[in-house]
Amino acid sequence: MPGTNGSAPGETPVTFLEAIKQAMFEEMERDPAVVLLGEDVGVYGGAFKTSEGLLERFGWERVIDTPISESAIIGAACGMSYLGLRPIVEMQFIDFIVCAFNQITNFVAKGHYLWNAPAPMVVRGPSGGGVHGGPFHSANPEMYFVHTPGLKVIYPSTPYDAKGLLKAAVRDNNPVLFFEHKFLYRRIKGEVPAGDYTVPIGKAVVRREGKHLTILSYAAMMQTSLEAAEALAKEGIEAEVIDLRTLLPLDEETILNSVKKTNRCLVVHEDTKTGGIAGEIAAILCEKAFGDLDGPLMRVTSLDTPVPYAPTLEEYFLPNAKKVFSAAKELARY
Amino acid sequence: MKKELTRQQYLDLYYYMRLNRAVEDMMVKLFRQNKIVGGLYSSLGQEAISAGTAYALEKKDWLAPMIRNIGALLVKGVRPRDVFMQHMAKYDSPTKGKDGTSHFGDLDNLHIVSPISMLGDLIPVMTGVAMAGRYLGQKIVAMTWIGDGGSSTGVFHEGLNFAAVQKAPFVLILENNLWAYSTPVRKQVPLENLADRAKAYGIDSYIVDGNDVVAVYTTAKEAVARARAGEGPILIEAKSFRRMGHAQHDPAEYVPKEMRAYWEARDPIALYEKFLTSEKLLDAKGKKETEEKINALLEKEREFAENSPLPPPELADIGVYCTGDDCHKIRAKWERPIAEVTPPRSSVEAVWMVPGFGSGQGSGGGHAPIHFGDTQPAETKPAEAGKPAVKAPAKVAPKKTVKAVSASRKARR
Repeated sequence: MPGTNGSAPGETPVTFLEAIKQAMFEEMERDPAVVLLGEDVGVYGGAFKTSEGLLERFGWERVIDTPISESAIIGAACGMSYLGLRPIVEMQFIDFIVCAFNQITNFVAKGHYLWNAPAPMVVRGPSGGGVHGGPFHSANPEMYFVHTPGLKVIYPSTPYDAKGLLKAAVRDNNPVLFFEHKFLYRRIKGEVPAGDYTVPIGKAVVRREGKHLTILSYAAMMQTSLEAAEALAKEGIEAEVIDLRTLLPLDEETILNSVKKTNRCLVVHEDTKTGGIAGEIAAILCEKAFGDLDGPLMRVTSLDTPVPYAPTLEEYFLPNAKKVFSAAKELARY
Repeated sequence: MKKELTRQQYLDLYYYMRLNRAVEDMMVKLFRQNKIVGGLYSSLGQEAISAGTAYALEKKDWLAPMIRNIGALLVKGVRPRDVFMQHMAKYDSPTKGKDGTSHFGDLDNLHIVSPISMLGDLIPVMTGVAMAGRYLGQKIVAMTWIGDGGSSTGVFHEGLNFAAVQKAPFVLILENNLWAYSTPVRKQVPLENLADRAKAYGIDSYIVDGNDVVAVYTTAKEAVARARAGEGPILIEAKSFRRMGHAQHDPAEYVPKEMRAYWEARDPIALYEKFLTSEKLLDAKGKKETEEKINALLEKEREFAENSPLPPPELADIGVYCTGDDCHKIRAKWERPIAEVTPPRSSVEAVWMVPGFGSGQGSGGGHAPIHFGDTQPAETKPAEAGKPAVKAPAKVAPKKTVKAVSASRKARR
């Protein structure tokens, strides 16, 4: 069982990036049906080096450098899955996933419902801001896909979860989108077990227990939320911080259990505000926990703008611990 | 039409063309009786393409039809009742009423991938099928169709380009029926021959009279054999004409009368009957027997289809996800030693072999005085399965290679 920080005690800490590499390496080792394709994933080892060493180990047929053709990459992976392969697709930056939007939402996602054709494949790639990547290398496009029945959407925050969830995604019989926040790649370390393990898709986890309010978040904003929770604790406000981990399917049970206990809910996400997961959670709470709420659902999110480039602009655009702290304090007053 | 097939092959092609037309004729009747739920698309006059191309495939091969390839489905083994029930949104249809028309597939037995309405999407998907088949050692060929209209989509380019660099065993039939809904081909593509698109991908193409079933079949047969042998993807442009409107609702008044008359006089079934009769492969009796056989079959199939119920409403909420182990029974069928794809640790050197390049000449003029390395003509030998095409086989390997050693800086594009 993972500790509250998502790691197992007594193992060597690895970076978030290393955890992802380990997951791919181990899954390809375990099952020859697993192949990797994407732009610059082979000789170069991926733009962020997440697939470094895979070509040397698994060869040209299993680690496939592709043209810059996101639709072709996703389409081909889907076709491969029909013959029993389990392709992992890397989007060089997750921003480019929208170039294959039609393939994912119309072909891949609908196949099982329409003609009983599951497409077990994983589309993964670096996402998120905070590294001054500018408007086309910082996106959080998860909600385009959370709105698409047939997909699963994962967005982990710790090395332990990244590895365990990626392995679970490869073994899942459905198409899974796996978002890797690039801010976390080399900035955080966590312990992962040496042996094989998976983390269940669709399960949130309580990272910090508390009684005064619930903070729901995921990905890089987990760091921000936990930092804010520390500061809140110093003022006597105990926030329960939950890592959603999977956005589709959403773990309603864990969310509801916590909110029924704390009676207050703050959602923190790096995605922009309108149409973000906070709105969906607000609707769920209204439907299923209306009487338990002592205050309005509040949200701290990015601005409803493209991700700007200049550090001053991007900092203003993104949520931070101070913004979370202020919102939580306001909510705690109800 | 040259005589080079067996008698049975000639008669099979005839049967499938007739069956294709009879199935669609029956659906027109059902449409007029309001028994077809949605649209009805016709391949009238294009039956030789569906029948001739699909007949060139082996049982283990994979195909993915477009909307006007009911004939190809019938050749691959789909029962007419399934086609009827799809259109009638019946519960016993392959999609249980969740989708219509030719939008269904069969991964387990017939090796058919379902199309979607977004044109061109099947091209990368079937490229992936072809690549997976090669990876597993199955020696299969994947085939799909695209129209003159669909050949202008971005994914057509992405897919065919990827298939070409991968040398995937893939055959693409470009069915040029001169019309994309109401827009004539010249308003879509500024080319006399759509087969010329193949040049952009460095792949071979064929052009064939789409109303000559023997020519279609023999061309497809050759293309399939070459793709199977590892020569990479092949494009076949089959020239024909869409005799009906885009779908039943469309009277196609935008089509010039003379054009329609020209093609009606070139009906592929009538042409073929003439050929078969002159070659003494078919007489009035044989023709009548074929008709009776098809009519008897379709009567039974129609009855079955009409008796099938509409799906229960609550089915709408079932099947979005594959849950549990029962819903995914597809296992990789290895027909080569698995050890081949898991080489010993670090046995591959992660280095590109970059062949030389010489100066180029644009068709409008211009000249780049560049010469680098050994510029032998591009290799014509098929690449080995899965090996990247850029990595030339030893025999034609350039003397000089450039080692593109991976740098550690972050890539951005």
